[in-house]
Amino acid sequence: MAQPLVKKDDDRDEEADYSPFLGIEKGAVLQEARVFNDPQLDARRCSQVITKLLYLLNQGDSFTKVEATEVFFAVTKLFQSRDNGLRRMVYLIIKDLSPSADEVIIVTSSLMKDMNSRTDMYRANAIRVLCRITDGTLLTQIERYLKQAIVDKNPVVASAALVSGIHLLQSQTTPEIVKRWSNEVQEAVQSRAALVQFHALALLHQIRQNDRLAVSKLVTSLTKGTVRSPLAQCLLIRYTSQVIRETAVNSQTGDRPFYDYLESCLRHKAEMVIFEAAKAITELSNVTTRELTPAITVLQLFLSSSKPVLRFAAVRTLNKVAMTHPMAVTNCNIDMESLISDQNRSIATLAITTLLKTGNESSVDRLMKQITNFMSDIADEFKIVVVEAIRSLCLKFPLKYRSLMNFLSNILREEGGFEYKKAIVDSIVILIRDIPDAKESGLLHLCEFIEDCEFTYLSTQILHFIGNEGPKTSDPSKYIRYIYNRVILENATVRASAVSTLAKFGALVDSLKPRIFILLRRCLFDNDDEVRDRATLYLNSLGDGSVAETDKDEQNPTEEPFDINSVPREVKSLPLVEKKAPGKKPTALGGLPPSPTSASDAYERLLSSIPEFADFGKLFKSSVPVELTEAETEYAVNVVKHIFDHHVVFQYNCTNTIPEQLLENVTVIVDASEADEFSEVGVKPLKSLPYDTPAQTFVVFEKAEGVPAVGKFSNTLRFTVKEVDTSTGEAEDDGVEDEYQLEDFEVVAADYILKVGVSNFRNAWESMDPDTEHIDEYGLGPRESLVEAVNAVISLLGMQPCEGTETVPSNSRSHTCLLSGVYIGNVKVLVRLSFGMDAAKEVAMKLAVRSDDVNVSEAIHEIVASG
Amino acid sequence: MATFLSHETCPTIKNILLLDSEGKRVAVKYYSDEWPTNSAKLAFEKSIFTKTHKTNARTEAEITMVENNIIIYKFVQDLHFFVTGGDDENELILATVLQGFFDAVTLLLRNNVDQREALENLDMILLCLDEIVDGGIILETDGSIIAGKVATHSVDDGAPLSEQTISQALATAREHLTRSLLK
Repeated sequence: MAQPLVKKDDDRDEEADYSPFLGIEKGAVLQEARVFNDPQLDARRCSQVITKLLYLLNQGDSFTKVEATEVFFAVTKLFQSRDNGLRRMVYLIIKDLSPSADEVIIVTSSLMKDMNSRTDMYRANAIRVLCRITDGTLLTQIERYLKQAIVDKNPVVASAALVSGIHLLQSQTTPEIVKRWSNEVQEAVQSRAALVQFHALALLHQIRQNDRLAVSKLVTSLTKGTVRSPLAQCLLIRYTSQVIRETAVNSQTGDRPFYDYLESCLRHKAEMVIFEAAKAITELSNVTTRELTPAITVLQLFLSSSKPVLRFAAVRTLNKVAMTHPMAVTNCNIDMESLISDQNRSIATLAITTLLKTGNESSVDRLMKQITNFMSDIADEFKIVVVEAIRSLCLKFPLKYRSLMNFLSNILREEGGFEYKKAIVDSIVILIRDIPDAKESGLLHLCEFIEDCEFTYLSTQILHFIGNEGPKTSDPSKYIRYIYNRVILENATVRASAVSTLAKFGALVDSLKPRIFILLRRCLFDNDDEVRDRATLYLNSLGDGSVAETDKDEQNPTEEPFDINSVPREVKSLPLVEKKAPGKKPTALGGLPPSPTSASDAYERLLSSIPEFADFGKLFKSSVPVELTEAETEYAVNVVKHIFDHHVVFQYNCTNTIPEQLLENVTVIVDASEADEFSEVGVKPLKSLPYDTPAQTFVVFEKAEGVPAVGKFSNTLRFTVKEVDTSTGEAEDDGVEDEYQLEDFEVVAADYILKVGVSNFRNAWESMDPDTEHIDEYGLGPRESLVEAVNAVISLLGMQPCEGTETVPSNSRSHTCLLSGVYIGNVKVLVRLSFGMDAAKEVAMKLAVRSDDVNVSEAIHEIVASG
Repeated sequence: MATFLSHETCPTIKNILLLDSEGKRVAVKYYSDEWPTNSAKLAFEKSIFTKTHKTNARTEAEITMVENNIIIYKFVQDLHFFVTGGDDENELILATVLQGFFDAVTLLLRNNVDQREALENLDMILLCLDEIVDGGIILETDGSIIAGKVATHSVDDGAPLSEQTISQALATAREHLTRSLLK
């Protein structure tokens, strides 16, 4: 085979001129098939025609039903010929034509005759053909011959019968018949011919596969004896691991049965048996290191084999082991490292990813150096595998983020297809999310990447991400240049996302706001309407006033530097806007957390920016706004309850709806006589409340630490009114003091519980200490329906319903509801509510609470008892 | 075609392909219904050909994975041999099948393993495929036994010796030899 290359070129030239099938046509060949009908058969010519027909079928040509029938009938005539070669071709084409049932009858007798022929080849092939094309009815007629054939002296005949048996058993129409051959098959298992043993074992196992005991017996007897054929040995290993799997469940004690057999197969002389056994051992459930070691040792030897197939098989198996038992594979690391330069890129990639799984922190740098050389000459699909492996490595060794992040940014700069780049970007995003230290450098890498990114999808994803993360960094301003460059240089889709991103910076970073306005205003002249629309929207919602009046805002930016109330509103509206944008899929970036700028974040930022509140500690919970005025009254006021450990802050959001008035020194006078546990410690008045510009005033109460104090508060709005000349916008100098009665509101127990869901309630429940469980029963009195009772308790507790249990099936008399939440003091609480309703609509409830703290469990009961 | 066997039961071959140096079919045999139409088959052949044709699989059989299938392949002259199995199949069993096919073809083509010779003896190649695997189950893996089975059939027992070509005579002789080895 070591022909010189020149020879090959010669061949090529000739081959272009010559092919025996050059210009072959189906019609012509079908014509030629008429020679089958000649009274004097020319065997050689008939063989050639059949070869041509087979060639056509092989090239994907198909015969019509009529053509196939015609050919089939012509072919049946050829059974008259005594030519062996022709007969073989006849067998072949009959199988390829797959005749219908009524056609099969025509050849049945000829084939049955061949089955009893003295020529071994006839017998073997006739069996295979007949079993292939027959349906169940014929089988009873030939069963006797098949049973004989199984124990035929000639191994080819026996194999043909056994393999046909396997197919027949699978076809399901006739499994019963095949099952009656058990004795003959068992005899064939003892055959000296290797392949007969293999086929007999396969068939025997299939006959008995539903009888676990029989399979176990089969394995027990054969593992003691000598199965010679390597293929049969492989089968036996598979059956053995199946038996191990099934018995392991029953008896978990002592040594694993049959392990010794598997281990002894590691010393077999056939590589395929060694490998099968090694693989079987690595796949044992709960395999121990001691059991693994011999298998790993033989696989390690395979790693340095000269055969690529062997290296591949070994490294692939080790790669799988490394996922569950990385330590067991570390011994192979040196051999693995030499495989990084393997000619076969599949092997090299598997080696690298295995190393990345088994490597320790100290070897990361060296490994990265090797991979860098390797990356340049592998295909994208392998690179993606490597990138994913590096991502998980980085999460495993966060300290090494610097070199890994560098690596990712380097390969990000190189050539590559979309999927590859996307894998890198996703990885960087995940690293930024999970490793806080990596955030700044990661974001800069992404910024640099979008400077030169040809994929719109990735650019928009990254811009979205920068918009979420950038404002939270130490120096948000440095990202603006990159983002604004997109507005200048990119297509409309990217420009639109860049506008959204700019707006997010504007919304979240006060100091950048004026500059962002300038940039956004430039976008108003973009030639794409989506870009213009977004710029207009954001300019408005960021409190720039109407676009035409922007100057006013700039003249006195210090008076009310940042229209605080617009923050939560604006942020909430963002995702909606983005979903409409073309090519925007906000959730696609590797499962990013939901927009971090949720309302509570905004509140937290707002409160911490007020110096008086700075030392209150961490904000525990902010309630939803409670309206304190009717709709469409002169002054619209709602209150948000902010709960801290020691304090409660009421944030009154006030809006003046009268154009002719300017309110000054706005405060809320709170009467806390029905809230004993609270004492007022301070008020932060609102200096000025012009028309239609929401603003806040705050009242702060103190309470005992961690105590879920409740109470009722009555409120009065007090302010100084000044008349405003609507034509000039100027306010008069003199004002009048006035008061405005607001509605009462309560601080309730639910304000001290955060709605925090759990994904698997059952697991969470069981992982809690049962000692903290507190169970009691309550009568809830007569209720309209179970739904009403369930909702009442949920809102009373203010906890997160889990697993959809808040929905009560209609007309049900009982229901179980699962709730989860975090109680003040960061105590996790899980609640299991069981409701039942009797005929008189009297509702009873069983309340079971588990939490990190017994006292909290009791507190929950108190809430319900008093509620 | 018989329904496909699960991994638990028996090693299975999904297909055996013999392509030329441009990825065109010389002879192919599919045992799995994973590729139901001819166009699906052609697409599969194209994908593995483009994936492998630049590699050097001339001295040792090479291996790769495409669409969750393991493909073992070997090239000689302008012929590309492929054997495909499922992704949890024992790679070495697949390699043994490929080696059997390859050895048998080498014997049958009297060491002139190239496309032209293969097409001229396509009947032998097809018989060869038929003798290696039946409906996905491995029938025989020893190249000389496979070639032996195929070769006997190209000779009419009753034909006078003078009509036999030298190759046929050689093949017959080889067949007798392998037979005697088997016993």
